[in-house]
Amino acid sequence: MSALHEHAIHGDRPVVLEVRDLAVSYGKVEALHGIDLRIHRGEIVTVIGPNGAGKTTLLSALMGLLPARGDIVYLGEPQGPERSVESLVRHGMTLVPEKRELFGEMSVEDNLLLGAFDRYRGGHRDHLETMDQVFEIFPRLQERREQLAGTLSGGERQMLAMGRALMAKPRLLMLDEPSLGLAPLIIREIFRIVAELRKTGVAVLLVEQNARAALQVADYGYVLETGEISIEGPSATLASDPRVIESYLGLGGRH
Amino acid sequence: MTRNRILLAVLLAALALGPLVLAEFHITLLNYIGLYAMVALGLVLLTGVGGLTSFGQAAFVGLGAYASAYLTTAHGASPWLGLLAGLALTAAVALLLGAITLRMGGHYLPLGTIAWGISLYFLFGNVEFLGGHTGISGIPALTLFGQELKSGRDFYYLIWFVLLVLVLATRNLLDSREGRAIRALKGGALMAEAMGVNTPRSKIVAFTVAALYACLSGWLYAHLQRFVNPTPFSLNMGIEYLFMAVVGGVAHVWGALLGAGIITVLKQWLQDWLPGLFGQSGNFEMIVFGLLMIFILHRAREGLWPLLLRLFPGSVAHRPPPAAAEPLPRRTLPPAGTPLLEVREASKRFGGLLANDRMNLTVKAGEILALIGPNGAGKSTMFNGISGVDPVTSGSVSFLGERVETLPAREIARRGMSRTFQHVRLLPAMSVLENVAIGAHLRGARNFVHAALHSERGEEARLLHEAAGQLVRCDLAEHLYDPAGSLPLGKQRIVEIARALAADPCLLLLDEPAAGLRYLEKQALADLLRRLRDEGMGILLVEHDMDFVMGLADRVVVMEFGKKLAEGLPDEIQRNPLVLEAYLGGVE
Amino acid sequence: MDLQIALLLGQDGITNGAIYALLALALVLVFAVTRVIFIPQGEFVAFGALTLASLQAGKLPGTLWLLLGLGAAVALVEVASALRDRHTRRIPAILLLNCVLPLILAGLLFVLSPANLPLALQVVLSLVLVVPLGPMIYRLAFQPIAEASVLVLLIVAVAVHVTLVGLGLLFSFTFGETLLQGQTILVVASSAVLIVALYFFFERTIHGKALRATAMNRTGARLMGISASMAGKQCFTLAALIGAFSGVLIAPITTIYYDSGFLIGLKGFVGAIVGGLASYPVAAAGAMLVGLLESYASFWASAFKEVIVFTLIIPVLLWRSLKTHHVDEEE
Repeated sequence: MSALHEHAIHGDRPVVLEVRDLAVSYGKVEALHGIDLRIHRGEIVTVIGPNGAGKTTLLSALMGLLPARGDIVYLGEPQGPERSVESLVRHGMTLVPEKRELFGEMSVEDNLLLGAFDRYRGGHRDHLETMDQVFEIFPRLQERREQLAGTLSGGERQMLAMGRALMAKPRLLMLDEPSLGLAPLIIREIFRIVAELRKTGVAVLLVEQNARAALQVADYGYVLETGEISIEGPSATLASDPRVIESYLGLGGRH
Repeated sequence: MTRNRILLAVLLAALALGPLVLAEFHITLLNYIGLYAMVALGLVLLTGVGGLTSFGQAAFVGLGAYASAYLTTAHGASPWLGLLAGLALTAAVALLLGAITLRMGGHYLPLGTIAWGISLYFLFGNVEFLGGHTGISGIPALTLFGQELKSGRDFYYLIWFVLLVLVLATRNLLDSREGRAIRALKGGALMAEAMGVNTPRSKIVAFTVAALYACLSGWLYAHLQRFVNPTPFSLNMGIEYLFMAVVGGVAHVWGALLGAGIITVLKQWLQDWLPGLFGQSGNFEMIVFGLLMIFILHRAREGLWPLLLRLFPGSVAHRPPPAAAEPLPRRTLPPAGTPLLEVREASKRFGGLLANDRMNLTVKAGEILALIGPNGAGKSTMFNGISGVDPVTSGSVSFLGERVETLPAREIARRGMSRTFQHVRLLPAMSVLENVAIGAHLRGARNFVHAALHSERGEEARLLHEAAGQLVRCDLAEHLYDPAGSLPLGKQRIVEIARALAADPCLLLLDEPAAGLRYLEKQALADLLRRLRDEGMGILLVEHDMDFVMGLADRVVVMEFGKKLAEGLPDEIQRNPLVLEAYLGGVE
Repeated sequence: MDLQIALLLGQDGITNGAIYALLALALVLVFAVTRVIFIPQGEFVAFGALTLASLQAGKLPGTLWLLLGLGAAVALVEVASALRDRHTRRIPAILLLNCVLPLILAGLLFVLSPANLPLALQVVLSLVLVVPLGPMIYRLAFQPIAEASVLVLLIVAVAVHVTLVGLGLLFSFTFGETLLQGQTILVVASSAVLIVALYFFFERTIHGKALRATAMNRTGARLMGISASMAGKQCFTLAALIGAFSGVLIAPITTIYYDSGFLIGLKGFVGAIVGGLASYPVAAAGAMLVGLLESYASFWASAFKEVIVFTLIIPVLLWRSLKTHHVDEEE
């Protein structure tokens, strides 16, 4: 992509995360290879792709949950092999995992509070204000603040997981399949909120199987297929690319 | 002769000639090593192989010792009667403790055995007819072939004979159908259940056998010492037995011997040396043992035996495939078109989430039904509900006309349903052949006594022949003796299919069998599945590779949000707008 | 048995039961957060009691040497890991925390004569000597293998137990008379205060909630920046505090030897198992039951006191076993 084109899409916003030639292996099996990826401040980037393409593996590697090879530059700092989940959290990277990983026997409020744990330990005492902001985004959570997280519905769980991540005031928010197992109306609501997050300046990396919804909110998209990025481009371009549909329904080899 | 046989011959010769040259002190030491090694051997079976553990083995040693001591001194009974009584008592206690604790998480058994070890120690010390803390003396010597075994030197050969027999029996047991079931307990219980193994029973077998080994050691000890008191049967000694097994190599039968030798000699030496160093007396060797254990579990969790083996690298001999044997009897498959599986209104609830919502599906003999849908649609949950691994909350599952939704997985397997897992569940250190043989578990019947005596070799040969045959059929003939974990993930999935086929099922459940396969391998797999279908087997398949599914399946069921979204022929499904929406997302 | 004896025995049972309840809570906590079945819990009781006794007898407590030794070992391990990760800036703090502070404490013990200090200060000194041993043991024995199976962690816990008992003997603790009056009420009241304090810690503070969160969902907690090793150190600190505090409380009413802690700790365990190693209130209630049972058993059949208490675990396990229905897969 030319520098001019680059500027036209991203403006002069700083790069939050840049990944070059990333590879991840499980034992002898390489699950991801040659991944290049870039996210700017205030931008929503989506990685779409069929089941089993390696999307969750990508997020786990970025978050430091899995060892990876290649260059990762986060907030201008090259990440060495000693990077840990804890240090990344400290520097504003958060992941809303596919399984949500809520604290089921705790109230909604306590779940949110723990989202701010690292900031609290770092001396910040603004968690109550942040919680009010989260409640503004997710009024449903305020209604349920006393309820145990384990008793929430699927959509509410996803909202709580996102709200908990926002409590950390992240610079990069990574969402793993926020639409997973949710009904269409709720998916619409979740994606509306994701689109609004752009205003807060947070960079969002959205990993989705639900390609249409993801491409609708995202600025830029990558298609991940069998561990490699097969197509990339501005969302609008991808949305009309017939190869995207093929990669999903496996029609490529037959027609 | 292989390396192992040479080492064994050297060991046997050294043991046989030992008493001719060794001093009394060394004979005594060797006797103790032999007695301790018997107990540690039981722990190898229980802990290293079965993934369970006990700190109460010393108490079982005590049962064996006290049973014979009491019967021979108070009632003038024969020591052999004492042995039988001790074994019976031990088996009863082990079965009781096992039945109570083994149903729960793995850590309840060790906790139960700690409590039991302490209780029994205090009981020995406080019961009057067992002599209280002073114990029982005047225990008669053993008489063997008219010869009274009065000295340690007399006893030496008996102890080592018994130990070597136990080692042999343990090795035999592990190398058998029952042994594979025990080896599957550590990290593979769920898989084993789905293959028809009664895992609670296997756990109890391992625990009881370990207890009986300890009891035998105790009986020998009582008649060697001719005197018993509670001290050698305390919890501390129980802990030491476990240390022996772990130090030596808890997953290796010879590790028990090595560990017993090291700990016994080290203890002897430390007890001479440490009190002098610290200027006071006490069990200071336990400090060293404790630190040694922590170090070993941090740095060499497999113990010292594998390290020792590395010093004597042997050549890996090329092994021929198992010899041909009479084929196992096969199930008669129902005629094509017969409904095999009928799922009606099946739902599965996890807390507030409905993972399966009134699902219906039917699989007939001689057809391939594909179950597809986006991530999180509930496909694997449906599989677990059908196979009994995680039963449905409501609704019915009928297999061959019989309701099975409340049966445990092993009972469903027995009726002719076999499955693979989405996350491969093989025992990585076990050979591919043996992994597949676990699939044929229900096609054998001989129990662990036959296994220990190796009197079930005929049946075993037929099982292995069957397993090898399935591997040949799945194109894995060159990997028979490779550790399953060394294969690439795609091939491991095929091993899972071979294992499921070894059960001789009429319905096969495959969870993402093509994931990780290359193009040609996928084609080979598709050919195999077509052949199985043509033979009359029913196949239910979850798969993400649409190319693979659409070219293979006779019918397709699409799931979304736990419900059935569509059902039909592959071509219909590919043109169905609802399905397209589900896959690409339907938000405007 | 007349009423008065029954009341006395009941009082005795409640006193011991309160201690067992504290230990049961510590055991449930440690297991829930780290999956370690903390067999050495009782050693902290013995160390607490014997440290206080040594201070009162005007002797240097052996736990001081243990603290210096473990501190040096932790410093060594931490400095090595800091050098490996090129975090050299951490080294001064590591040395200060693990070597300098214990040395200052040692200096204080040499300069002051602890026997003449007020009791409250002696108690504080005992706790300061014993409690840091908890996180140090976690760092050395458990943190490097935090991902191991419950079984391996249990065997390591037993190894730590025998090591500590051996060291306890080596440092030749002696037992002296302590001078507390009205001990029964004090034990029960202090236990109650500690339990309430723990309740507030877990329910009302963010650090307490972080520990509970780790127990519920390790991955979720990590994603919040709650590191497993930090949670592990914190709960071992709490366990050591609870243990040492229990030891200080029972020092005057029970004869404590270097190896007495084990049986006391195990009685806490019976309580914890009643609670399935998961429920705090049931564990505490179970522990009280153990205390009462032990007390009445010592009257009816004193020789079989331990047999009866530890055989209690069988029906308890049976009851728990009938309540579980699933095939467990080793995690």
